[in-house]
Amino acid sequence: MSGLNINDVSMTFELPNGGSVEALKNINLSVQKGELVSVLGPSGCGKTTLLNILAGFLAPTDGIIELNGEIVKKPSSERGMVFQQGALFEWMNVSKNIGFGPKMKGTPQVEIDAKVAELLDIVGLQDFADKMIYEMSGGMQQRVALARCLANDPDVILMDEPLGALDALTREKMQSLVLDIWKKTGKTIILITHSVEEALLLGERLIVMAPRPGRIHKEYKLPFAELGVGADLREVKRHKKFGTTRDEILNMIWNMEEEIMGRAES
Amino acid sequence: MIFSITPRPASLSEFFWFNAPDGGEVASLLSTTLWMVLGIFVIFTIYMVFSAFSWAIHKLFIDGRNKANGYTSLKTVTFGDESAVEANRFASVASVVAIFFFWGLATGSSLLGPIQLPAPFLGKTSFEYTAINSYGETDKGTVNLLVHTFDDKPVLEKANNIATGFARDSAIKVRERRTALLSAKKIGAKETDGFKIIEINGIAIEPNQIVNFGNGEVLLTAKGSMQIRPYDGMTMEALYLPAPEDVWKSFLRLNKEGYTNVGLWENVFWSLIRVVLGFTLGCLFGIPLGFAMGLSNWFRGWFDPIVEFMRPVPPLALIPLIIIWFGIGEQGKISLLFLAALWIMTIAARAGVSGVNISKVHAAYSLGASKRQLLMKVILPNSLPEIFTGARVAMGVCWGTVVAAELVAAEKGAGKMIIAASKFQLTDIVIIGIIIIGIIGFAIEVLMRKAENRLIPWKGRG
Ligand SMILES: Nc1ncnc2c1ncn2[C@@H]1O[C@H](COP(=O)(O)OP(=O)(O)OP(=O)(O)O)[C@@H](O)[C@H]1O
Ligand SMILES: [Mg+2]
Repeated sequence: MSGLNINDVSMTFELPNGGSVEALKNINLSVQKGELVSVLGPSGCGKTTLLNILAGFLAPTDGIIELNGEIVKKPSSERGMVFQQGALFEWMNVSKNIGFGPKMKGTPQVEIDAKVAELLDIVGLQDFADKMIYEMSGGMQQRVALARCLANDPDVILMDEPLGALDALTREKMQSLVLDIWKKTGKTIILITHSVEEALLLGERLIVMAPRPGRIHKEYKLPFAELGVGADLREVKRHKKFGTTRDEILNMIWNMEEEIMGRAES
Repeated sequence: MIFSITPRPASLSEFFWFNAPDGGEVASLLSTTLWMVLGIFVIFTIYMVFSAFSWAIHKLFIDGRNKANGYTSLKTVTFGDESAVEANRFASVASVVAIFFFWGLATGSSLLGPIQLPAPFLGKTSFEYTAINSYGETDKGTVNLLVHTFDDKPVLEKANNIATGFARDSAIKVRERRTALLSAKKIGAKETDGFKIIEINGIAIEPNQIVNFGNGEVLLTAKGSMQIRPYDGMTMEALYLPAPEDVWKSFLRLNKEGYTNVGLWENVFWSLIRVVLGFTLGCLFGIPLGFAMGLSNWFRGWFDPIVEFMRPVPPLALIPLIIIWFGIGEQGKISLLFLAALWIMTIAARAGVSGVNISKVHAAYSLGASKRQLLMKVILPNSLPEIFTGARVAMGVCWGTVVAAELVAAEKGAGKMIIAASKFQLTDIVIIGIIIIGIIGFAIEVLMRKAENRLIPWKGRG
């Protein structure tokens, strides 16, 4: 079976004080190869937990994850990660960061160099190959992180708020870049975000999660990712359905937060 | 109340033998401390007065001239903004100058030219005393005093004793800042009944009283002898603190001739080589140990007790044991330095591992790194800043420890030199040793920082 299958995954954290948190409960989801899925939800609904399970950093208390028919047990280079920030290696320059994955596998240096050059081109950092990470702006660093992930040619790319720390303008450019890369490489991408607009723009499928216990609340199929490839994202945002869906989801999340607050107060 | 002096139950005292300090001991401890507080306060105040004086000079003549520019100069809030506080180099220079000034002043240094505290009296002086005998007759005698320096061994001219009465003239030599006792017998008491000194230079004196004779003072002892103390000035004796220029001369001599057949820099070299060896060994074992503790439950559990126990034990406390075990040879000192560096490096490396951002570890695994690759390519470089900080501390501790160890047992080394010199009260060599030890310690720190900036340019920018 191809694609990524999440079968009845639950995750319960035992707390030191004896209590427990149901971070995820009975999550079922399959993602086809090449799909771009965005995941949205109020804070604490288990998005990061889900992604960590998909990456293989955490074993779920229940259920299994399958990628191309194989059960996910530990991290592997077929599932690349892009973190919000702080995951680049400061002691290496940009090229070495991007070439890290292939190097670990023992790829010949010539091939690594070619791959790095190609990726630098894709993310628009041709002139920064020899710069050190701490000399780069936040947006540039995220481009490096994207390129580093792509260098390994993973089947699935998992992103946990990859653009969360960027300013609005840089963020817009990076959103276009993500769409470009998705189209060019045909990778399966699962992207977590806090921004409803970003989820709408970058999700062919949009999953809205609800907290306590963390679960899938609603799913949308959206045309905006396709529309946005190579186009002006501001145009896409002016689309009528974009506005109505955004308001609907905002309301939905607003109500969830209200409910949490209400429960916390009582 | 520090110690309670209430009696303890007998059962306890069977286990502990603790003599409660008596009130006197405690009181003297407290009063000593109080006097010290006062002394420190006085010294500090003098130093601060000097500082205020320099500040005023700076303010008046220098500050206004070269208006600072740059970002910091535009900050209006500087009080409370630590990043806007910069060491005033004028103040640093003035402070060092002040220290040398006080040093020179206290030792009567010739460097200060006319600015001198009163020096001790040197040379010839005399006074007259009046004695009385049992018949009530009085007679005068002269005491000629020759005050000479420590190194001088002058020959005394005999007093030309053509005195007519019973009070004899006398000539006596005395070292500066010392006292001389002129016994009553020597000046006539042996042959004269009821011989008693009643005046010094015409001023009446009684036993246990002191009379000043201009260039010094005379104390009449209970037994009727004269204890003569030439004026000892306000400067310090070279035995306690030699003048800066004398220390410099000793330094030049030490450079050329060495001390006890060991060159100055040979001593320094031996200390340094021990530090380098001990420190290197400490790193060699400590860093892998720290990594093991940061990466494995078993190793953390296994080494935790010993590391946590050894960490607070100051290396100096180990010296006696090390000497008992290894004697006074090199092995003991290197072992000591190894132990001094080992725990620091272990803890630094462990902290380095725990400081790795988990995202980096996750990223590396997701990029296909093996455990070994993760260790070498991620954890090791990522812990370098911590390891370097540890190395700096370890180097400092090792340098302090080697000197202390050499004080106790060594044939060559900076510490050995100063302890040997101190036994012969060669204060100049002791001071030279201390200054060199300080400078080298400082140089080590500066070099380590330079190396850190070169090798870990990403430090603090992760
Ligand atoms: N290691 C852990 N131990 C205990 N509880 C945890 C742990 N990790 C996560 N949780 C809990 O699980 C729930 C989901 O956490 P998670 O980090 O997945 O949320 P999230 O959706 O990513 O939130 P955010 O949007 O703020 O990043 C939270 O209630 C959190 O407190
Ligand atoms: Mg999260």
